[in-house]
Amino acid sequence: MRQFLLFISVIAVGLMFISRLFYLQIYDTNIQSLYDDNAIRKVFDLPKRGFVYDRNGKLLVSNQPSYDVMVIPREVEPLDTLEFCRLLKIDKEDFIKKYNKAYHYSPRLESVFVSHLSKEDYAVLQEKMRKFKGFYIQKRSLRHYETTIGANVLGDIGEVNNRIIQNDPYYRMGDLIGKQGVEASYEKTLRGVKGIKFIQKDRFNRNIGPYKDGKFDTIPQQGKDITITIDAQLQAYGELLMKNKRGGVIAIEPATGEILAMVAAPTYDPNILVGRNRSKNFTKLYNDSIAKPLFNRSLQGVYEPGSPFKLMNALIGLQENVITPHETVTCYTGYRYGNRIMKCHCSYGTRNDLVSGIQRSCNAYFATTYRKILDKNGNASEGIDVWSQHAKSFGLGEFLNNDLYVGQKGRIPDRDYYKHIYPKTFYSTYTISNAIGQGEVATTPIQLANMTAAIANRGYYYTPHIIKKIENETLPEQFTKPKYTTIDKKNFEPVIEGMFQVYKKGTAASLQVKDIDICGKTGTVENFAIIDSVKTQLTDHSIFVAFAPKDNPKIAIAVFVENGYWGSRFAGKVASLMIEKHIKGHITRTDLEDWLLRHSLENEYAKPYSGKPFKINGHTTLQLVEEKEYQRLKEKLSQINKTDN
Amino acid sequence: MVRDTNRHFKFDWITIILFLLLVGFGWLNILSASHTGTTVDYFDLSQPFGKQLMFIFLNFVLIVLLLAIDAKFYERFSSIIYLISMLSLVGLFIFGKNVNGATSWYAIGGMTIQPSEFAKTATALAVAKYISDLNFNINEIKDQIQLFIIILLPAVLVLLQNDTGSTIVYGAFFFVLYREGLPKYYLTFGISVVLISILALKFGAIITSLLAVACVVSYHFLSKKKLRVYQSILVSLVAIGISFGVKYFYQSILQPHQQDRISLWLNLEKDPEKLERMKQTFAYNLNESEKAISSGGFLGRGFMEGTRTTGKFVPEQHTDYIFSTVGEEWGFLGSSLVVIAFVLLILRILHLAELQKSQFSRVYGYGVASIVFIHFFINIGMVMGLIPTIGIPLPMFSYGGSGLWAFTILIFIFIKLDSNKINEW
Repeated sequence: MRQFLLFISVIAVGLMFISRLFYLQIYDTNIQSLYDDNAIRKVFDLPKRGFVYDRNGKLLVSNQPSYDVMVIPREVEPLDTLEFCRLLKIDKEDFIKKYNKAYHYSPRLESVFVSHLSKEDYAVLQEKMRKFKGFYIQKRSLRHYETTIGANVLGDIGEVNNRIIQNDPYYRMGDLIGKQGVEASYEKTLRGVKGIKFIQKDRFNRNIGPYKDGKFDTIPQQGKDITITIDAQLQAYGELLMKNKRGGVIAIEPATGEILAMVAAPTYDPNILVGRNRSKNFTKLYNDSIAKPLFNRSLQGVYEPGSPFKLMNALIGLQENVITPHETVTCYTGYRYGNRIMKCHCSYGTRNDLVSGIQRSCNAYFATTYRKILDKNGNASEGIDVWSQHAKSFGLGEFLNNDLYVGQKGRIPDRDYYKHIYPKTFYSTYTISNAIGQGEVATTPIQLANMTAAIANRGYYYTPHIIKKIENETLPEQFTKPKYTTIDKKNFEPVIEGMFQVYKKGTAASLQVKDIDICGKTGTVENFAIIDSVKTQLTDHSIFVAFAPKDNPKIAIAVFVENGYWGSRFAGKVASLMIEKHIKGHITRTDLEDWLLRHSLENEYAKPYSGKPFKINGHTTLQLVEEKEYQRLKEKLSQINKTDN
Repeated sequence: MVRDTNRHFKFDWITIILFLLLVGFGWLNILSASHTGTTVDYFDLSQPFGKQLMFIFLNFVLIVLLLAIDAKFYERFSSIIYLISMLSLVGLFIFGKNVNGATSWYAIGGMTIQPSEFAKTATALAVAKYISDLNFNINEIKDQIQLFIIILLPAVLVLLQNDTGSTIVYGAFFFVLYREGLPKYYLTFGISVVLISILALKFGAIITSLLAVACVVSYHFLSKKKLRVYQSILVSLVAIGISFGVKYFYQSILQPHQQDRISLWLNLEKDPEKLERMKQTFAYNLNESEKAISSGGFLGRGFMEGTRTTGKFVPEQHTDYIFSTVGEEWGFLGSSLVVIAFVLLILRILHLAELQKSQFSRVYGYGVASIVFIHFFINIGMVMGLIPTIGIPLPMFSYGGSGLWAFTILIFIFIKLDSNKINEW
């Protein structure tokens, strides 16, 4: 028995050690990868962020160097503080405050001492830097916008936040990431892949050389340049026309789905979100909850489409064989159903066929058509599903699934949608407002532009997208394969003829452009706001869709101008001018151009917030812009025209 | 008597191979823990790994010598070896060189020698010699006291030189004495003292005393082997004495750094500021060593690839903390194999000791196994934070010529004795 004491002790200790090893190395271990190892310093080599060009090869976004003065407090030696402060343009108190802050963060690690030095300050400072031990200059790369337009298209980059870092280990504190626009949607393409150097530290946190002779180090992969579909000049022109208005404009090339212009008004100069003032300016934009300059109205603004949606009802009616192009409906200044009436501008007893129905935007004609569609099989619930499917085939009521960073689904109601509102009975008259694009129908400008493009193409569309070319890459099939609507090609011709007549002698007759066959449709949409918890009607939205030329269309456009009253008043003018600009390159209807520059809707937008009762629509007077502002806009216009040549 | 000459060379190769494997693997880890830069000159004598390589080469000469000497020599001269060894320890008080607070080294030329490392071997020989004496009876108090003096003399000498770690190693001889028949109450007493000490420090003297008395009382009434009342009372009083005595010992006799180590181990310290201070001083080593081991994972980072080892995060990593290098670079797999190799080596020596026909060889072999075991237990236990920090080297592994040679002498004398067992009639 006695000889077993040591024997058992040895075995027991052996087992105890192995259990402890198991606990330390397998159960409790958390430092496995080089990235998490605090014995290894990771030094990142940031690649050049890709440039952004417009469709004509004009450089829109490049990079600019920025210089930060960094400090490692422990390595600082006595210095001529006064001279240093003078060079950095700070005072002594500032110096002490910044130094203490850095020291408090860590005496051994680097902190930013002064950020974003100007090039001039940098040049002077660099000469003398060797005198200031413990300080050094860190070069960073910021975005440089070669233009003042397209803030909503281009977006901006900013420092990553904790949530991003947690979700994607690629990013580290202080890294920059695309926050909006193409900077965000093409972040991975533009940013490239950063290189990394692993450096072995010792226990005093000093570098003692590359880890394993740099075996695991990587060199950075430069970001790729991208070309976007935007025509910078058209974009600039659109933004200028939309000055002092709110709304969105989307212009698409129907043959490709490329977005030629994407205007959101109001907008801002992208340069204000670069450098030292970024956070100040961003906060200002972010806090403007009335004009919402960061809200991309052309993609996110969900509006009732109004009369342009009548085109959709006409197409569905033809496809479902409930109407023919020549069948007429008589309008008695409105459409009566039950004891209610939906008013119309037509004079009493006007007989409209499809073309003149569109041309005059006759409410009675489309109310009749809509009811015929829904009641085709005697069951409005089934009818509305059929109607809804057709509308959705144009990309309405769903996300477009494109390469834009933001978007909205809009709304195309169906049987399920109405089940909650009308649980017991459902008749076509309940939703009669849908006939004229009001009621439950809602779309974003880009969806409506896409619908117009599908009409221009007579039955198909390409998903609207912003990317035209990426260095050494082909575009995804998603953007190169047409999507077909459920409407047969032959049914488009009468509708297009109607749109053509809108310009020839209909609601947009005043907007004709010489030598261009434009097909369009006006829209005037009632809208409401809640003011002091009272639903109050505001001046109608001005809406317009168009494409041109009639044959072989080059551009399809949708314009929303908030509270612009009727369709051809603001939106129609913008659409006509942009079509002319795109097709001809110069403007003959300078009268329209001048009218738009001269008129502002700012008063209209201020009304609901004034706290006083106000008048709308016909009872308002148009606001002229101040002469100084007008001259400024004219100046800008001449600049845009200059870049033309 | 027929001599089988072949038997002269019947060395136990299992022990020798295990020994060489541990020495070789130890050197690889010293290399990893002490090299700097990317190119390594293995023979660079200004570096620990270079010196250690030289020690290892010289070690082979030593081994040949040890095995060449007649086995009878060790028994016959054990007393003289012991005497010389004790004199060398005493001499330290006059000629000793102070390193890290301990006066344990002789400096001869550029070399330093630590006589306490060799004193363990000498003591093991002396103990074996004394016990194997025909007149010796372990149950006699007089003999026990003389035996204790042989063991305690070097222990006290090294303690006076401030080398607490080496003192504790002499506790290894308890296993030897117990094996040779030391009365059982020593074991009971020893275990009780350790238990009571820990309980008293952790939960206070009063609670521990009550607990101890309760145990004695229940034993008194429940056990079949009836103790007399005065015996039980005596035992209780001793237990109470230890409970209160240990507190006094801890607070007044132990040096502050020793108190800190125990208080950290038993989680006694509640003051967060003091804990923070501990973490930056001695607990720093422990913390870094645990982290290094932990970062090894299952397979380890690979030879010379441990980031904490390369970064020299663990102080004293090539000496006392060498096992943390094994942990980081060879992972759970490698570390477990090292633990298993040690266990096998100790058990092999133990097994051989039991086979010895001469009592001298058996007792000596037992001593060897016990000494290696205590080193193994304390060193790796400390590096992994299982026991309080006590500075002693890991046999065959840690950097240092004295340590390596002392263990070589310790083990190879036994291998020689073992090879000669057929002649022991």
